[in-house]
Amino acid sequence: MSTTSTTRTISVEINGTSYERDVPASLLLVHFLRDDLDLTGTHVGCDTGSCGACTVQLSGEAIKSCCMLAVQADGSSITTVEGLASDEGELTPLQQSFHEHHALQCGYCTPGMLMSATALLEKNPRPTEHEVKVALQGNICRCTGYWNIIEAVVAVGEGGAR
Amino acid sequence: MTAIETEAGTLQKGSAVGQSVPRKEDGRLVQGQGIFFDDVKRKDMGYLHFVRSPYAHATIESIDVSAALEMPGVYGTLTGDEVAILTDPFFQIAAPPGGHVKDYALAVGKVRYLGEPVVAVVAETRELARTAAEYVMIEYEPLDVLVDARAALAEGAAVLHEDCGGNLSYSGVWEWGDVDAAFAEADHVVSIGELHFDRFNSTPLECDGALVEYNRGTGQWTMYTNNQFPGFAAIMMGPAMRVGLDKLRIVTQDIGGGFGNKITSHPQLVACCLLARKLKRAIQWTEWRTEFHQSMSHGNERWFEGTEVAVKADGTLLGFRTKAIDDAGAYLRYEPLGGVIWSQVAAGMYKWRNIRLEFTQAMTNKAPVSPNRGYSRMQQLWFTERVIDIVAQTLDFDPVEIRRLNFVQPEDMPYETPNGCVYDSGDYPRAMDMALELIGASDIETRRAEAASRGKLLGLGIGSTLDSGTNNFGQSQLINPELQFSGNNEVATVKLDIFGEVVVTLGTTPQGQGHETTAAQVVADILHCDVDTVNVRAGHDSYWNSHAGFSGTYASQFAVTGLGAVKGAADMLAGQMLKLASMVFQCPEEALELADGFARIKDNHEAALPFMALGAIPNANNAGFPDDPPTMNCRYVYRPPFEVPDKETKFGNLTLTYATQIHACIVEIDPETGVTEVVDYAAVDDCGVRINPQIVEGQVMGATAHAIGAALWESFVYDEDGNLLTPNFYDYHVPHTLDMPPLKTGAFESPSPFTPLGTKGMGEGGGGGIHCICSGIQDALRAAGGAIVTDSHNPYHRVWEMLSHPERSRETIEVTSR
Repeated sequence: MSTTSTTRTISVEINGTSYERDVPASLLLVHFLRDDLDLTGTHVGCDTGSCGACTVQLSGEAIKSCCMLAVQADGSSITTVEGLASDEGELTPLQQSFHEHHALQCGYCTPGMLMSATALLEKNPRPTEHEVKVALQGNICRCTGYWNIIEAVVAVGEGGAR
Repeated sequence: MTAIETEAGTLQKGSAVGQSVPRKEDGRLVQGQGIFFDDVKRKDMGYLHFVRSPYAHATIESIDVSAALEMPGVYGTLTGDEVAILTDPFFQIAAPPGGHVKDYALAVGKVRYLGEPVVAVVAETRELARTAAEYVMIEYEPLDVLVDARAALAEGAAVLHEDCGGNLSYSGVWEWGDVDAAFAEADHVVSIGELHFDRFNSTPLECDGALVEYNRGTGQWTMYTNNQFPGFAAIMMGPAMRVGLDKLRIVTQDIGGGFGNKITSHPQLVACCLLARKLKRAIQWTEWRTEFHQSMSHGNERWFEGTEVAVKADGTLLGFRTKAIDDAGAYLRYEPLGGVIWSQVAAGMYKWRNIRLEFTQAMTNKAPVSPNRGYSRMQQLWFTERVIDIVAQTLDFDPVEIRRLNFVQPEDMPYETPNGCVYDSGDYPRAMDMALELIGASDIETRRAEAASRGKLLGLGIGSTLDSGTNNFGQSQLINPELQFSGNNEVATVKLDIFGEVVVTLGTTPQGQGHETTAAQVVADILHCDVDTVNVRAGHDSYWNSHAGFSGTYASQFAVTGLGAVKGAADMLAGQMLKLASMVFQCPEEALELADGFARIKDNHEAALPFMALGAIPNANNAGFPDDPPTMNCRYVYRPPFEVPDKETKFGNLTLTYATQIHACIVEIDPETGVTEVVDYAAVDDCGVRINPQIVEGQVMGATAHAIGAALWESFVYDEDGNLLTPNFYDYHVPHTLDMPPLKTGAFESPSPFTPLGTKGMGEGGGGGIHCICSGIQDALRAAGGAIVTDSHNPYHRVWEMLSHPERSRETIEVTSR
């Protein structure tokens, strides 16, 4: 390991749980979440920061966790897709809306879509269709063509949820 | 968004089938609880990274892995030399010359495309494996590079596979009807110099990969993977690895999109298997995006040269002849099946009876091609649609009317094509009218004028397309008579467990198509229980008893083969439940019915056995029965009715069903830049009985998005040295939210007379959007020089060129009239 990186100790709060781990400096945040903490809901779909499958909320902002090193997240508070629904499995209105509008097929992009859209709805509870498109332009979906995703997010706003 | 739901008239529907039941899969997927292969972990597993060729064509002079092996945390390596000792070359589908290709899990002796795996390195972490790969020293001696199929077939070209004696993998002449007579009868002959279908693929968001374990005690490998056609993978891997298929257990759960692109990962899976055995630890391999783009499953690039079309004065199309040149890339991983699969739709949706197509396939120094949504039919359908629009423009026919005139008509169904395929049902004129109405085509001239006032060129496009589904694998014998594949099958099991749980297993490998939901809908109606009470196991396991030779999810067939198997097994179970109830109640089965989760006496609903009792009796409470109670565990293999096609005449039915999609669009082109904007879009689908209309519409939407991307932005572009210039999502632009046009969908149902549920496979859409946008661009360009669209891919610079030099494409078209 010494040939690739040095190791640092980091502390992060993820979905309300505190973690302290030793990580190599070269470890991406997304691989820290997936490989070290087994939070596998966050996905990887590209290697250029283009696809958004790895989107999480870091200190309230939607960020791409493949574009950040784990050591850079030291001291931060992170929400992943696993942190959306309640412990009892009660879905958020957005998750429920994705289900009802058939806004997912394979489900691989879905966690990233949900995290980007959740961040949007927190800032703008009633987004227009165009505002949803702008907020999700960094998230690629290859199954749905986006129409149902956009409809699902707009519907949450119209329903006055959040 | 407007969705038009058209009543299915005569269909007898149960309470679940035909409803847009929300998907059972969604709960886990929206909570990040899906299990994709990369989520599976094992203690002390090693991460695999492939060292890939930086050259498109080169001999391998030497490989030195010692520096990598010396790195702490590196577990081991695998080279082509080892692979050549431990395995045999993969079985080739092709007859000679393509049959002489020697293809292994890693490059042996030379590399033939940029990104080809040469060495595999396994290490303690992903990062270390990747770093260690850079310490593998390989010396190459570059060779001449071929990136153009036409050049690859030229005399004196460099040769990729010396054993083949050239770069030809397959050639064949396909001719039906009386082509010479058709041209003698024609009033006009339209000649089209060259058409080109571009190279792209549908780039599922999840790349390929696997977690592979080797059980030393049993000699058996387990692959947790996302291969979408385990039946095919096993057939390829077993003989190469010199093991029986029962040693290869292939497991999938959730798959992050497939679109055909995940059929041919068998070489990489073999490398994982060899390393799991060699290093005595589980192997984790996750492909990176750049690796996927460089090496996996490109769609077939195809040229159509010297096309001639025989046309009557009234616009009746009599036939065509053309030469297709297909680019297979560097290896034949599923090819040359593309050399026959196009002929499922040889005639497209039209009645021409006289067809001659010389098909030639070449190998080039580009990534191997493999099926991609609409595989090989999309290219042929694009060709027929281009021909129609070029004929219409050249001879001044209305593109709508010439289609209407030449469409196979609803009263012709079932319709036998010139090559013996049978179009089962459909109403193409109705679908076209519906699509045109949805985009408001009747106002087109007003809109054209309004766009012109803004300086824009507006065009109307139509893409008529067939989604042929449920392959007859006997068609493989038309390209290689020695092959022993024919027909098709799929398996399902339905059982009643001890506590009365209904449990369904499928042989399919869903990647987002909602199989758990639609299978439950079919079962619920047959067993008269609630959809929520039907447990459909997620994914595929070749060790379940629901695996057959053709198991998988590909080629638009689940609604026929998968659900046909589900229906068969559920019917069997329903019969067994009534049989058992009749044994208990000592009454004839005819006096009994299944209802609301019970087997009960029709005339006395108080006399009712719950599913729990029916499940418990044979499983755990079976004493005292005079005869064996039925097992409550039913397996059904659905087999579509096929014959082997005639190899001499290349005549026979190649697919069981033909779903229809007609797309219509309105595009606006900015003449200053060549940028095309799709401003209105409609897709009308007729796939027979829809088990779940919302899922069907979702498939239509997805296929549309792929096609729009391919038409305008997505292309695998190579430079002359064989470097891929679009190796990631930064350079390979897939559609984003802001790229999508407004979409209207429409549907009606022409049930298939040939399938158990009246369904048809659907989901591929036959590239309808590509045909449609090409058609729209050509229509828009009429007002600016009348260029002819000759390429399937039309980014702004190509449109700009057509605007700047419309004569260049027009000069490739000639008309001879008498």
